[in-house]
Amino acid sequence: METFISSYGNAFLGGLLIGLSALFLLVFNGRIMGISGILGGILNSNSRAEVWRYFFFAGMLLGGVVLQLTLPNAFENTLERSDFLLVIAGVLVGWGTRLGSGCTSGHGICGFSRLSPRSLLATGTFMLLGFATVWFFRTWGLT
Amino acid sequence: MRQQLSALVCGLLFAMGLGVSGMTQPQKVIGFLDIFGAWDPSLLFVMVGGVLVYGLGYLWIKKVPKPLFAPQFLVPTSRHIDTRLLIGAALFGIGWGIAGFCPGPALASLVTLGRAPLIFGISMILTVLIFERIQNKKERVS
Repeated sequence: METFISSYGNAFLGGLLIGLSALFLLVFNGRIMGISGILGGILNSNSRAEVWRYFFFAGMLLGGVVLQLTLPNAFENTLERSDFLLVIAGVLVGWGTRLGSGCTSGHGICGFSRLSPRSLLATGTFMLLGFATVWFFRTWGLT
Repeated sequence: MRQQLSALVCGLLFAMGLGVSGMTQPQKVIGFLDIFGAWDPSLLFVMVGGVLVYGLGYLWIKKVPKPLFAPQFLVPTSRHIDTRLLIGAALFGIGWGIAGFCPGPALASLVTLGRAPLIFGISMILTVLIFERIQNKKERVS
């Protein structure tokens, strides 16, 4: 029961932090905090001038290190997936988020909050396909 | 320089939020997406918390003429729904449901040098790199 409550509390607290970081990026830099967009910008030779994206990425890695030092189970991973499936999933997430102009942060938090019709539809779509995929993998026992 | 520093702090805060919330644990993400099975709805509250802060903040920002460190707000205004958006979101949902990683947690998890985040992350980064190359070529042609 205790872990049950704390897992809800932690999710909410983490959500507040995520919302706050996205809000700060908007208030200070006037930008939407979309991770797939930031990654795309870093990897696109035409947008080298947008230096803030490199700094955001560095901040994320720094945050990862802080997490490792302070919350060791933050990166616990007990999901069994073959290397092959991980590669396929990486391709789908990379291509899908760039084609669809956003992921869980840009569409799911920022666009959803602004009630952008594109983001509401994108969020509904990736959630539904996520539900269906997990159901499919569990039903067929795929790992 | 102020823009770079604020982006660094935002990235740090964002990764902390991901780690605290449980989004960096793929088995938790899969539990959240397993709505037809042993559903663990806790991660829904990540969205509740995030949308609460950002939604209320956005209402206030709408009255602010410009950001503190930049000349103007650059917020997408398109309301056009196309197949590109839907197919992209669908592909992303399938990949998310397979590995339990979305882009933010995958990138933050790279620092662990764990096998799964490295394989997923490198595959995702190379894919985005190819996507951007093709995109730039298309733009040059048109």
